Amino acid sequence: MIKAILIFNNHGKPRLIRFYQYFAEDMQQQIIRETFHLVSKRDDNVCNFLEGGSLIGGSDYKLIYRHYATLYFVFCVDSSESELGILDLIQVFVETLDKCFENVCELDLIFHMDKVHYILQEVVMGGMVLETNMNEIVAQVENKISPSGGLSAAPARAVSAVKNMNLPEIPRNINIGDINIKVPSLSPF
Amino acid sequence: MALKIVKGSIDRMFDKNLQDLVRGIRNHKEDEAKYISTCIDEIKQELKQDNIAVKANAVCKLTYLQMLGYDVSWAAFNIVEVMSSSKFTYKRIGYLAASQCFHESTDVIMLTTNQIRKDLSSPNQYDTGVALTGLSCFVTPDLARDLANDIMTLMSHTKPYIRKKAVLIMYKVFLKYPESLRPAFPRLKEKLEDPDPGVQSAAVNVICELARRNPKNYLSLAPLFFKLMTSSTNNWVLIKIIKLFGALTPLEPRLGKKLIEPLTNLIHSTSAMSLLYECVNTVIAVLISLSSGMPNHSASIQLCVQKLRILIEDSDQNCEPSVNACMKYLGLLAMSKILKTHPKSVQSHKDLILQCLDDKDESIRLRALDLLYGMVSKKNLMEIVKKLMLHVDKAEGTTYRDELLTKIIDICSQSNYQYITNFEWYISILVELTRLEGTRHGHLIASQMLDVAIRVKAIRAFAVAQMATLLDNAHLLTGNMQRNGICEVLYAAAWICGEFSEHLENPMQTLEAMLRPKVATLPGHIQAVYVQNAAKLFATVLKSQEGNTDSTAAQETSQLMIDRLPLFVQSANLEVQERASCILQLVKYIQKLQQKDVEIAEEVNALFAGELNPVAPKAQKKVPVPEGLDLDAWINEPPSESESEDEQPKAIFAKEEPKHSRPRHTEVDEKELARRREARKQEQANNPFYIKASPSSQKVYQDTPGVEHIPVVQIDLSVPLKVPGLPMSDQYVKLEEERRQKERAEKKKKEKKKRKEKRSGRGKKHDSGPESEEDITPAHQVDIVTEEMPENALPSDDDDKDPNDPHKALDIDLDKPLADSEKLPVRSHRETPKSPAEDGDTENAALQEPKKKSTKEKREKKKDKDRDRKKSKEEKKKKKHKHEEKEEDLLGGQADAPVVQSEETSEVVAPPTSTNPEVSDLDFWLSNAPVPSNTQEATTVAEAEAAPPPEAASGTAPDSEPDQPQDADTEEAKSSKHKKKKQKKEKEEKEKKKKKKHHHHHHHSDGGGEESVQNGTVEEEEPLPPMSNYCLLAENSYIKMVYDIQGNLQDGSQVVVSVIFENKGDSFLKSMEFNVLDSLNSKLQRPDGSGPHDGLTVPFQLPPGVSNEARFVFTVQSIIMPQKLKGTLTFIVKNEDSSTHEKLDFKLHFTCTSYLITTPCYSDAFAKLLESGDLKGSSVRLEGVNMPFHHLLARICFHHHFSVVERIDSCASMYSRSIQGHHVCLLVKTSGQTVSIDAKCDEPTLLGNVLDEIKQTFSQC
Repeated sequence: MIKAILIFNNHGKPRLIRFYQYFAEDMQQQIIRETFHLVSKRDDNVCNFLEGGSLIGGSDYKLIYRHYATLYFVFCVDSSESELGILDLIQVFVETLDKCFENVCELDLIFHMDKVHYILQEVVMGGMVLETNMNEIVAQVENKISPSGGLSAAPARAVSAVKNMNLPEIPRNINIGDINIKVPSLSPF
Repeated sequence: MALKIVKGSIDRMFDKNLQDLVRGIRNHKEDEAKYISTCIDEIKQELKQDNIAVKANAVCKLTYLQMLGYDVSWAAFNIVEVMSSSKFTYKRIGYLAASQCFHESTDVIMLTTNQIRKDLSSPNQYDTGVALTGLSCFVTPDLARDLANDIMTLMSHTKPYIRKKAVLIMYKVFLKYPESLRPAFPRLKEKLEDPDPGVQSAAVNVICELARRNPKNYLSLAPLFFKLMTSSTNNWVLIKIIKLFGALTPLEPRLGKKLIEPLTNLIHSTSAMSLLYECVNTVIAVLISLSSGMPNHSASIQLCVQKLRILIEDSDQNCEPSVNACMKYLGLLAMSKILKTHPKSVQSHKDLILQCLDDKDESIRLRALDLLYGMVSKKNLMEIVKKLMLHVDKAEGTTYRDELLTKIIDICSQSNYQYITNFEWYISILVELTRLEGTRHGHLIASQMLDVAIRVKAIRAFAVAQMATLLDNAHLLTGNMQRNGICEVLYAAAWICGEFSEHLENPMQTLEAMLRPKVATLPGHIQAVYVQNAAKLFATVLKSQEGNTDSTAAQETSQLMIDRLPLFVQSANLEVQERASCILQLVKYIQKLQQKDVEIAEEVNALFAGELNPVAPKAQKKVPVPEGLDLDAWINEPPSESESEDEQPKAIFAKEEPKHSRPRHTEVDEKELARRREARKQEQANNPFYIKASPSSQKVYQDTPGVEHIPVVQIDLSVPLKVPGLPMSDQYVKLEEERRQKERAEKKKKEKKKRKEKRSGRGKKHDSGPESEEDITPAHQVDIVTEEMPENALPSDDDDKDPNDPHKALDIDLDKPLADSEKLPVRSHRETPKSPAEDGDTENAALQEPKKKSTKEKREKKKDKDRDRKKSKEEKKKKKHKHEEKEEDLLGGQADAPVVQSEETSEVVAPPTSTNPEVSDLDFWLSNAPVPSNTQEATTVAEAEAAPPPEAASGTAPDSEPDQPQDADTEEAKSSKHKKKKQKKEKEEKEKKKKKKHHHHHHHSDGGGEESVQNGTVEEEEPLPPMSNYCLLAENSYIKMVYDIQGNLQDGSQVVVSVIFENKGDSFLKSMEFNVLDSLNSKLQRPDGSGPHDGLTVPFQLPPGVSNEARFVFTVQSIIMPQKLKGTLTFIVKNEDSSTHEKLDFKLHFTCTSYLITTPCYSDAFAKLLESGDLKGSSVRLEGVNMPFHHLLARICFHHHFSVVERIDSCASMYSRSIQGHHVCLLVKTSGQTVSIDAKCDEPTLLGNVLDEIKQTFSQC
């Protein structure tokens, strides 16, 4: 199970928070602060797993995070999730954002938190992984958005130019990104 | 003008959307909080608007503010409003906000049940999807109970997108409402083989989550998962399954044997690291489970270790460095698992792991530390700890250094100091650790010092000397207030010096050290120990001084005490104060006696006589209840005031009984206890690390023959805390090496002497291996005193279980057949459609009854047989017809086993020939593993398999339409029938039964609580005749359709038509298609993308004699007129030899009544409504109505969806509301056989039609 998904920037400002277990607002903020504190002091070269954010869960839980340019994507998961799998899921999620926002940058997340939530809802539901196939996720998101004008209509992007998130290539050899990417046949009614 | 400005600003205010809010916050960096509070005020204004778009916008902004940490729970009701918007974009905003801030104690959640149910059953899959997503975040036990059935229906939805979500959310439902697990499990299991990979993956996900906590309940699914593992190409699914197997193998070693090969293949073939890693992990789990049984898996172990080594040491240039680090981390993690069972294979990689201690990544270092913990042996402990001490010195962050410190202590103290051969060395290590600045773990070091000093008697002299030095140099530890944590060590030092003061070289010096004024700056609890132990020291000093002829020395000591103690008497700490004043008075008294030349040393010493023994932490808890003591029995019988109260306490105790199982320990009989005690003594006698509890244990130590050849280490007891150059513990490492060499030499000598001498207790295990563990003898004969436990205490491992674990409730046997009472609660007014479903059943009763009876009888019989067998039958039942062919694949090796069995032939009765009742399907599947002894067994099972028991076959027949969305309903119908047979005596049941005897059914509980109470009183007067709203739609020789129409409360333009299809013939009906010719006013809702004339596929097939219900949604524009729609049902009739295409025409009659919805109304609201004057009246008279008044009312209520507002004698007011919000009020009066109904409604045409329909209802009877 995934217990929480946090996205914050290099200064610890939350950009999206999604708890799958109830915490009061002040507790949520404390968790964000603590997580930021844990994650931000780590070098970019060190491993992406962290044990014991003491606030969430306890010993069974791990923080799995990735750092893209200005943003940290942190998943708090228990031992039933595969660490490398979640690492890959973060990559899938970020690539999905990249597709939906066309070259995603932090500003997109700032101004369209709701839409980021809707995209996340297609990936993770109630703390469980719903879909890992990027094409399927993008298709679902666009199905729902299309009547009301498309995600990409984001005027805010023009406000200021912010460095792109520099999505790194998926590392070739570990292949964890290679999870079932084919267009599924949509079953008829 | 001013007005215009105001209006303009208001407009702008309402225009502010999420983006504006974000921009605004970014522009007000300095006064953000102030800006946000004005925004919140604006939002509050917006929420007061009626416009749903404005509300949605406001709620969206609130969601953003919630992320910033603002509590928005005050808007919970508005969120619910937005959730119930009919527009998807708003609805979604509402659900998002709800999922972010609703939780179990949000009270408005209760209001959402109907809204969510409506959304779940919405024809728009995105409404359903968004409701499921939202619900997954805030589901409560109540919601779970109320909606479980709806969600279960969605698991068979036509869209995979919905199926997948419905399957996933079931896990949350199970957690909140464990009773739903068993009824829902069969369908969940079905979804493992769903054609859509996403749904399959969701089902795997849910079952894996369930099985992780209670794996034993899911063992029977192993063959299915095995099949998935070998066939699936989705890495996510594979990873989940492989992880699940990892949890299952410990329970069933045979499963492990079966897994090794495919897993090894995957390890070799996969390129995905994540999958490889999980495979390695599960292989490790398998090997652990097999470790006792199968000796020859060294190849697999080697493979794993080798792959892990690659993970740890290789850094791939193509990878991000952080990903390489992740691999390293995981490699170490997996290594530590192997370590537990195969330490040898890991120990050879010690170099690699020590290397990892230098890694710049803290997580990796911590993992390496964990590994080291398991890798130590007597041989390498000192070496490893030495390395760690080096790291302690190097470590920068205090967190990591503290971690190192605790690890060193953990490593040394593990399994009762098993690996420590030289306790002097260990004490030195502890003393060295006290030099750490700013550590938080002073108390840890202190407790180790105390523990060692108390339990290892041989070391006391040395320990006391070291502690005395520590006390002398206390200023080093306390000099800096920053180092506060470490002064805890002084607590231990003072206590040890006081308690074991007989070992002190110079007690006087220590006494002085303990009474220094500086001590007063220490924390209170440490001062208290100082004072108390100063008294102990004083006693010792007195004893030594009184022997001398010169009595002045003793008096000087007393004077010293009297001089120094007042400082402590003034302490702010109560405990210090109390002890100090007590002791001060004592010393003053002693001084008086001394002045009279009375010898008092003996008596003072008697104050502190006796030895303190260590007590195990859980000792108190484990004191057994003495025999004959019943903790539950009253000491005095409570006075019984009245009989009714008497019963209450009894009930309470009956419930609580299971909690009191602990006292059962007392039942162990005396013999058994004696035997155990004996066994324990024996064990302790054989174990050199334990000593007998005899008070002379110290002598035992001295008398041990081994003591002579232990090299006597000369230690300068006055060693300063820091030895320049070489840290003290290093000396021991060298000495130890020398000692071991010496020993080895000695041993060789001894061996030459044919090992005449054998050291007691060690002789047994003495191996000749030159470097084996056991050869290393401890430098001290270590006497580790066991912690004291009460006599008879039993080891119990239930101490650590968390009673609040939600997963405990899910520990449910899933293989047991579903009992009649187990069903998901169904929404009350949905029961109406169900009962006619039963109608169908009862009409077929003649056909089905004997069959069912036999099933039941056989079930009864089965109960007698043992449980395993029952399980196996159930399993067969479930799997037989579905997995037949697949199972055959798995059985490939057993070519001679005739397993094929088609559904038709399984009807043929063949008595079970099973000769081995112990064997279940799982056993059979497992026995396929290459274990020679099992093959025989396997073939007999195969035979048993070939002839399935008849009840299995007949039992499956009624259940064989797995994909029906309604089968929960039919199940319900069936089970209520069973109830009937059981003749339950509850009144409600009785009523139901009566109704069921006729082939109709009345059910009426739509209204609110008050209303149903009124109806209850109505019914009491005289039993009501049975009623049903279902009327015939069409019928021919194959099929019969009955239908009912209900309005949709939340959506004014929708009605739901429930049609029950009943197969009347004896052929199979399939490919049913339902089509209606739309009119301008009413249209059948068809899925997106289908044309206006396309039919809807009925989502099930009908075997002979079975009926099932389908619901169709229609949109209507005007509801004031009744309407008829023509339609056709086409279907295929399939016989054994032929299949024909048939069709059946029908006319759907939408009455005005069907647009009415039973809505409870209070009399005051009703009165207001009538007073308002908006309603137009009309009236009707019914002649010749010959029925009791309450029957009349009940009929109107039931058939025309009214509720009774008030009833006075023969006059009643009734109310109903249409789906478009028209109010319909009736005043019904009766006199003799004439009934007059005065009615009012805001839509006269509607009213006229409703009255006509009411009239018609009564003219029919």
